[in-house]
Amino acid sequence: MDLLYAFAISAIAACGVYLALSRNVVGILLGVNMISAAVNLVLFYAGRIRSQLPAVIPAGERALGADAANPVPQALILTAIVIGFSLTTVFAALVLRTFRSVGTIDLRRIDAAERLGSPWEERGGAG
Amino acid sequence: MGFVETHAALWPVLVPVLGVAITTCLWKRRVAQRVAAYGAAALLFASTLLLLARVAREGVQMIRFGGWEAPFGIVFAVDDLGAAMAAITGLLTAAVLCFGLADIRRREEEAGFYPLFLGMIAGVNGAFLTGDIFNMYVWFELMLITAMGLLVIGRTPAQLDGTIRYAALNLLSTLLFLTGVALLYGATGTVNMADLARVLPAMPPSIDLTIAALLLFAGFAIKAGYFPLFFWLPASYHTASIPVSAIFAGLLTKVGVYACFRVFTLLFTVEGSGLREVLGVVAGATMLFGVFGAAVQWDVRRILSFHIVSQIGYMLLGLAVSTEAALAGGIFYVVHHIVVKANLFLIAGAIHRASGTFDLRQSGGLMYRRPLLAALFLVPALSLAGIPPLSGFWAKLLVIDAALRAGRVWLAAVALFVGLLTLYSMSKIWIEAFWKAPARPEVAPGRVPVAMLAAIAALALVTLAIGFQPQAFIEYARHAAAELIDPSAWVGSILPAAPGGK
Repeated sequence: MDLLYAFAISAIAACGVYLALSRNVVGILLGVNMISAAVNLVLFYAGRIRSQLPAVIPAGERALGADAANPVPQALILTAIVIGFSLTTVFAALVLRTFRSVGTIDLRRIDAAERLGSPWEERGGAG
Repeated sequence: MGFVETHAALWPVLVPVLGVAITTCLWKRRVAQRVAAYGAAALLFASTLLLLARVAREGVQMIRFGGWEAPFGIVFAVDDLGAAMAAITGLLTAAVLCFGLADIRRREEEAGFYPLFLGMIAGVNGAFLTGDIFNMYVWFELMLITAMGLLVIGRTPAQLDGTIRYAALNLLSTLLFLTGVALLYGATGTVNMADLARVLPAMPPSIDLTIAALLLFAGFAIKAGYFPLFFWLPASYHTASIPVSAIFAGLLTKVGVYACFRVFTLLFTVEGSGLREVLGVVAGATMLFGVFGAAVQWDVRRILSFHIVSQIGYMLLGLAVSTEAALAGGIFYVVHHIVVKANLFLIAGAIHRASGTFDLRQSGGLMYRRPLLAALFLVPALSLAGIPPLSGFWAKLLVIDAALRAGRVWLAAVALFVGLLTLYSMSKIWIEAFWKAPARPEVAPGRVPVAMLAAIAALALVTLAIGFQPQAFIEYARHAAAELIDPSAWVGSILPAAPGGK
């Protein structure tokens, strides 16, 4: 089970890395997203998902029972998912804006920042 | 007043967060937004000074959120290092917004400059003050998302390009950071840094801890711009507007450096995690490649961007040597560098105002056309290169002396050599922009607004103060370094119950 889970996560992460290495900005967006999904699963699994007892403190007790499920990874992972989602939307908006403004999503042709202030041209820099 | 004082660790984060809320509510009213933002910046500066004073007087300040006991709830815990970083953040926020009085455009204000700016400051301060490593990740993400907004705020093609490069690598860096936190949590069952510091030394070395340490280091390395992961920095910083690149240059990379200092003294040690040699090589290469990169550039902002990278190497040198004196030198270096580097970016903005270009080949003649600006340029430029008696000299002296005492001779030699090349870069800016005859004499020199000069002069004064009164700052840095080496006061205030009493 552990091994299966580990292979599943590594497969997702590998797809993510492959996509993130693409020259297409949308590919990078999707790739980073998939890596983020893999990381969330690592976080989830770091909390040991063996117990199925609900994480509720019984009446009169002050702490969780030793065999209860671990509630912390859920809290961590929910935070990470929300943050990942907001970053994805911002990045997607950025890609859309770039496409509208530059007319391409091929990174080889998005080089305005390199040309601005390039040391190799006669007219660089200004503005 | 009692409440304000006992919650001193809260205000440096809460004030900018409230500022974000207020400026967002005033979205359509530009002037009201501006007033709220400057009010928030002033309050923030005051609150960080209050925190600094309280930490100096009464030791570690802490806040438990929601009243939860330490390993279960999120805590803020501020020692000397955290308080100094917060104070310098407050100073820089005030100075950059002062400069911004003359430089923030209407178009940027309408696109939400103030909420984004204050949000980023909240993220920076949160990362400096928190005592919980997952919480630190959250602040990193807040910083990243607002920084993306600030970078692209002018919506020019160059900014879009720069922001894509910035975003892709920094997203990856926070993901590496998060994976490291996940592995750490899997191994120890806690994300509270004091609890981790208590649990980790007792654990046998294991693969997951080593991988966690390396992932955290890689994540922080991208953030801080260590070799060989710094390429995003000079590809994006020069596209932003001047107030934005000044605050980025001053603060954002230093958050990565701070996180490194915190994690690799408190949780892992440089010695124990086998990182000693790696850190040495990375520090040397960061210094060298940054300074070589700067040598071929002609755009002021790009020269300065590459110098951020090279200077980061000196700070990492402090961590690589990792004796108390070296850490003190590193901390002193961080504080000196934040002030100087942000000031140089502000001066780049002033040069642009005066000569109409960032390209050094096109400018010139500012020495007699704008003598005050020329005089003000000399302070941070010579300080960056390490000319006595300015602050950079003491910073370099502390770091290099500690490296020599620890027997890391070649690292010290690299540091000295890089200092020489830094002087070359600074004299290039001096000769091209200030000394030589104007390249385009037909262009009338522009006026440099008073607000710009005031901000530059204020930061130059801080540099001079550090330079002429180094003893107080060195003492403070030594004390902060001692707290990093022996974090028992920090850990003890978060976990009052003695070890094992969980």
